[in-house]
Amino acid sequence: MSEHDHDHGHDHPHAPITNGDEPAAAPRVRALEELLVEKGVIAREDVRARIDWLVSRSPGDGARLVARAWVDPAFKARLLEDARAAALELGLDPGPSPVVVGVENTADVHHMVVCTLCSCYPRALLGPPPDWYKSLPYRSRAVSDPRGVLSEFGVELDDDVEVRVLDSTADIRYLVIPRRPDGSDGMTEEELASLVTRDSMIGVAEPAAPAPVG
Amino acid sequence: MHDRGGWPTEARIDRSEHELADWELMMDAIVGALGGRGLMNVDELRRGIESMPANAYEQASYYERWLYSVESILAEKGVLAAGELDKRIGR
Repeated sequence: MSEHDHDHGHDHPHAPITNGDEPAAAPRVRALEELLVEKGVIAREDVRARIDWLVSRSPGDGARLVARAWVDPAFKARLLEDARAAALELGLDPGPSPVVVGVENTADVHHMVVCTLCSCYPRALLGPPPDWYKSLPYRSRAVSDPRGVLSEFGVELDDDVEVRVLDSTADIRYLVIPRRPDGSDGMTEEELASLVTRDSMIGVAEPAAPAPVG
Repeated sequence: MHDRGGWPTEARIDRSEHELADWELMMDAIVGALGGRGLMNVDELRRGIESMPANAYEQASYYERWLYSVESILAEKGVLAAGELDKRIGR
């Protein structure tokens, strides 16, 4: 993997062009960035700021939306209508995605989200998508065998529960509002948010169970 | 090839995850920055990815596909000359 251990011909200091077992793409991406910055095509500060933004994103924001929806039916209605507006309402950054809508799991209907073409995902609210979400088997089987996939992820649904698989696109993305767990009645909104996992907002898991009282 | 919905497979889903490496974050940010400058949009990114040879597509990791796409779209637009990036990394 290290065909780059040559002297690459300029002597200004910068990060090592290759590290350990990196794929060949790694030094190539760094070289691409250098080249585009030199040409004035993009600005290094812009690249830096976008990296900082991406690493700052986490499922915690989505969890706050879900927890609020669990305790406030009017907010839930707004989240189902327009998750971007709902996020702004809580002071959260909905990111650049054009349209994000909430979908609600109930006793009768279970939603799960896939992007069959690539990887569309509400990154601003959930962080970068996990590897499996972008994997070829998930993208195939979420459509051909959703119940099998759910079972593999540990979700067993009764036969009479309708499964709706939502295919994300560049134009519309989804945030699943999972079912509020039994036994969470007395919990604060913040405590509720701690039960809401990333995978439950993709629709491939149930939220965490509340810790037993006492 | 890229349109995987219902693609026949019984392959198990590998659920191991990794933190994005610095070059992956950078690749993502480059695409965002190009988008901010109006030089590349998400449809072009996808077109570049979807024009990969099937074998390369199957074998490439996620951000390797992005790199492939950005290189080909920028070459198409004349932003990068043929061989310019290769020359830079000393191939």
